[in-house]
Amino acid sequence: MTTETVTPHRSPLTPERESFWYLVHAEWTKFRTVRGWVIAAGVTIVAITAFAFLGADASSSCTGGNGASGACPAQPTGPGGVPVQDVFYFAHQPVTGNGTITAAVTSLTGQILTGASQLAPGGLQPWSKAGIIIKESTSQGSAYAAMMVTGSHGVRMQWDYVNDTPGLAGSVSASSPRWLRLVRTGGTITGYDSADGTHWMLVGTATLPGLTSTVQAGLFAAGSSDSFSTMATGVFRHIGLSWPATGWTGTNIGGSANATGTPLPGTLRQSAGTITVASFGDISPATGSGQSLQRALAGTFFGLIPLIVVAAMFMTAEYRRGLIWVSLTAAPRRGRLLAAKATVIGAVGFAAGLVAATLALAVGTPLLLRAGPLAWPVSLLTEARMVAGTGALLAVAAVLALAIGTIVRRSAPAVAIVIVVIFVPYLLAFGPLAGQGGTGGGGWELRITPAAALSVQQAVPRFYQLIANYPLNSGYYPLAPWAGLAAECAWAAAALALAYYLLRRRDA
Amino acid sequence: MSLTAPAAFPPHPVGQALHAEWTKFRTVAGPSWLLAGIVTLTVAVGAVAASAAHCQSATCGIDPATVSLSGIYPAQAVVAVAGVLAIGNEYSTGMINLSLTAMPRRLTWLFAKATVLTAPVLTASVPAVAGAALAGRLILPGRGFTPAHGYASLTAATDLRAAAGAVLYLTLIALLSLGLAAAVRDSAAAIGLVLGVLYLFPLAADAVSNPALARHLDQIGPLPAGLDAQATIGVKGLPLTPWQGLGVVALWTVGALLLGALLLKSRDA
Repeated sequence: MTTETVTPHRSPLTPERESFWYLVHAEWTKFRTVRGWVIAAGVTIVAITAFAFLGADASSSCTGGNGASGACPAQPTGPGGVPVQDVFYFAHQPVTGNGTITAAVTSLTGQILTGASQLAPGGLQPWSKAGIIIKESTSQGSAYAAMMVTGSHGVRMQWDYVNDTPGLAGSVSASSPRWLRLVRTGGTITGYDSADGTHWMLVGTATLPGLTSTVQAGLFAAGSSDSFSTMATGVFRHIGLSWPATGWTGTNIGGSANATGTPLPGTLRQSAGTITVASFGDISPATGSGQSLQRALAGTFFGLIPLIVVAAMFMTAEYRRGLIWVSLTAAPRRGRLLAAKATVIGAVGFAAGLVAATLALAVGTPLLLRAGPLAWPVSLLTEARMVAGTGALLAVAAVLALAIGTIVRRSAPAVAIVIVVIFVPYLLAFGPLAGQGGTGGGGWELRITPAAALSVQQAVPRFYQLIANYPLNSGYYPLAPWAGLAAECAWAAAALALAYYLLRRRDA
Repeated sequence: MSLTAPAAFPPHPVGQALHAEWTKFRTVAGPSWLLAGIVTLTVAVGAVAASAAHCQSATCGIDPATVSLSGIYPAQAVVAVAGVLAIGNEYSTGMINLSLTAMPRRLTWLFAKATVLTAPVLTASVPAVAGAALAGRLILPGRGFTPAHGYASLTAATDLRAAAGAVLYLTLIALLSLGLAAAVRDSAAAIGLVLGVLYLFPLAADAVSNPALARHLDQIGPLPAGLDAQATIGVKGLPLTPWQGLGVVALWTVGALLLGALLLKSRDA
């Protein structure tokens, strides 16, 4: 008689079941079969979209974040509709067709306004400038390209207000003049500089689309908008034009009264072989005075709450229901379980953010435009960054909540921690840390906390060549868009690492 | 054979309920951690905010009490967790069935819960706010909050009102959380709801461009209304007077407790 040995059934361990994506599929099934969680993800999308109506509903066109309202001040705009400061003294002559203008700058000095019309030496600003310029017309905001010496940034080529590229470094003096040259070929203007007038180096090439055949070429000076009470004086020698010379005309671009920020008109002095131009003002981008498109995404906070709750519960519910034992039996490699959960909840957050931000911008943009102009024209690329950034912000917040949920294993504290670290720094920046005038904080609290990620939605640009007050309540964050998102990612990565360590070390 | 007669109803149901709830409260580690968290966060964040503040001129218009009490922003989340868990833990562990069997008078049970929560939160809030105010008093004069800039004393009657307002605010938030948790029954959803109610009003007020709407949001939200009770300068320009602000918070709390009580009484546990 033989005894039959009964082998207990074991399902074969197929390669598919070993794969990570099998685990991801299992976690996705857990997510989509809990009705409340799917509803919460939907609420995230609805909340962000719905709030676009409220955030973008401006009653007056020039309302800043601090509640100040009134008529929009006349803001000159440059090519592409960007708000600009275009106030300077221009010694110019009309020129037609292709050609070259050359000049040597032998001195750039500053004077500061002390009384009603009293000037004292000094006060040269880092971006005080003087040089040669080819400009479409003498009206504010017209296209231009210029080569210039600056207070402390060496030789620069700048064009169409927002573009800047460096040339020779160092400051200018009679013993080390800076030779500047602009060459016009159709719609392209090329800038060169030289220390001796013989050896020329290419600085940059500007393309000015639609530049008229007849333009104004000449010399300029601008004191800088860092301090509109600074007058810059440039001394030019060896001025040469390849076009037929017609004599210099002096024009105060933007007017000479102090309504534009210039307390006194600029001056032009000509003596044997030397021209001196002195002026207040600036040629630069401006921070703009309309609304930021970011207002359309103001509902992000509303959408974050249900997402954070679900993301934390995605892990804490396993502990509460004892499902964690089944999960860890099925996937004994605990790190992979955590990674699979992070993948699923991150993907849910990203998809929700992508859909919600697209809808919010679609709804909010026309509402904002109906109320008044945007502070800055927003390119398609910037809009794409705002949409993708919102998706990433939500995805990383969800992963952070999952990681904190794994660490503390209880839903209420996990949800509270994540909401606090994202919401409270932002509230403090607008509340107790808003500082003088209440324009918004924007120091450490929006640099080192996960709340820094909100900068990925910033719709207004910052320019290093424009030293200005960039207030938080006008939509300027202290960190660059992707740097802010990186700060949130760093927190999520640290939390995930701790969660991995604890999940492996601890008894479930 | 006769069944044993049911035990006589306890003579002091409220006292016994309080004793039972107090025993539950003191025999688990969680609440003491939360109370320590309230004190630590209030003082630490207040000290950091005070160190970050600057007052460069007499017109800076920064409220020193608001800066010192910045820690209330995160600390109220800890208070909310304490309030939510007081009820949420009963539901998540199934203890609620036992509790309501032992104490069939549900409102008595809720009252006992609320009392046992209020006393420790109030006790923790006093040193928390006092510590933050003291830290502010030590740090702020070095940050430009000097008599020359119009900050003669940092211990005036208005500062006492601000401190009392902050303590009462934290206590009311604990009860608000308890009420909403009794209504929602799930800890995670309840904490999301409570923190949404607290934090979203000021965020919405910052985001809307209509100033009148923003002011209304600041009047009805419990967090901005509660902050009005902590103001010491520019009180006239606030959306609400300090005591009105605390009144709004109290209304929210009463509303949440009523909702919680109603649902607790009418629903199956």
